Amino acid sequence: MSQLSDPALAAAADQVLQTGVGLAEPDVLAVLRLPDEELPAALELAHQVRMRWCGPEVEVEGIVSVKTGGCPEDCHFCSQSGLFTSPVRAVWLDIPALVEAARQTAATGATEFCIVAAVRGPDERLMAQMRAGVAAIREAVDIQVAASLGMLTQEQVDELVAMGVHRYNHNLETARSFFPRVVSTHSWEERFDTLRMVRDSGMEVCCGGILGLGESLEQRAEFAVQLASLAPDEVPLNFLNPRPGTPLGDAPVVDGRDALRAIAAFRLALPRTILRYAGGREITLGDLGTRDGLLGGVNAVIVGNYLTTLGRAPSADLALLDELKMPVKALSSAL
Amino acid sequence: MPYCDRCGEPLSEGSHGACRAARALEPPRFCPACRRRMKVQVLPSGWRAACVEHGETASR
Repeated sequence: MSQLSDPALAAAADQVLQTGVGLAEPDVLAVLRLPDEELPAALELAHQVRMRWCGPEVEVEGIVSVKTGGCPEDCHFCSQSGLFTSPVRAVWLDIPALVEAARQTAATGATEFCIVAAVRGPDERLMAQMRAGVAAIREAVDIQVAASLGMLTQEQVDELVAMGVHRYNHNLETARSFFPRVVSTHSWEERFDTLRMVRDSGMEVCCGGILGLGESLEQRAEFAVQLASLAPDEVPLNFLNPRPGTPLGDAPVVDGRDALRAIAAFRLALPRTILRYAGGREITLGDLGTRDGLLGGVNAVIVGNYLTTLGRAPSADLALLDELKMPVKALSSAL
Repeated sequence: MPYCDRCGEPLSEGSHGACRAARALEPPRFCPACRRRMKVQVLPSGWRAACVEHGETASR
């Protein structure tokens, strides 16, 4: 690593690169406030941290919505809330289509397949769909199954473990101090309760959020360290893709340089975590920015489409990983 | 087809350039024949959309 001229980055190198201990909130904020000319150095440091504490492999995942739309919650960024005038209609995915989606995902080389539902928490109908769907996927497709079904009861946590779901996603979405500005139908603490149960169950914890909801840089730093305190196995990093009909439908897209600063800062706050590119990278970063992020701390990607929007072709992402000489994590090493 | 499949407004009214650009990363939401909201399922490698009146379409 070349000599770092910025004192915040030099201190970060001493702490994070050498010891694997993530930055504290003021230091994360200092990275988020770096001037543009220091951004390449921040990304290089974040990449070095990722390579040292996570290695060169990239975890590839596909996702699918098993229950789309009609959600009773009011997350202001989400086109699936039934409380907004979004054009997204409610629809369920049947089991054969779910298995086919898992098969398509596995064909890309992905090791992870996450089944997502737009709900406050699962009801018996959804749990029955999960029981049948996870069993059918495990029977037919060689891939690890993850789930994202909202807030859970302890019984539901136990049942997902029994089904063989190995990772559970539940995003805190944003800083605790900003959350009430984004969601009014449930609290940050309710989400945290589910994450605690998931952690205690032995399932891997996947918890991230969305940048660009109107939070300040201070709140972005707060969010990074709140995530770090949870010690999640994975942090998916989304960038707001403003959806028509939602309260944030006219919000600006995150500036690409700010997004890259955030990627570096989150990596320096979470040196050992899987940091995944999730939704919004296409419009926030484009192809060039996507590459910069993979060379700036990101070590996992969602390939293919998202829940209600489309992504890049998996072949484009896989070709980029090949070009960057970043091996795709194999199923054998994921088990 | 008389309607924009992204915003549902008549194609003859206003510019839909932004809708066309956005559709590169979005599935259709409105039936282009009747402007009904469609049931849309996004899948890892495509999408399918169903209008109650005009049936199902899918990505190629």
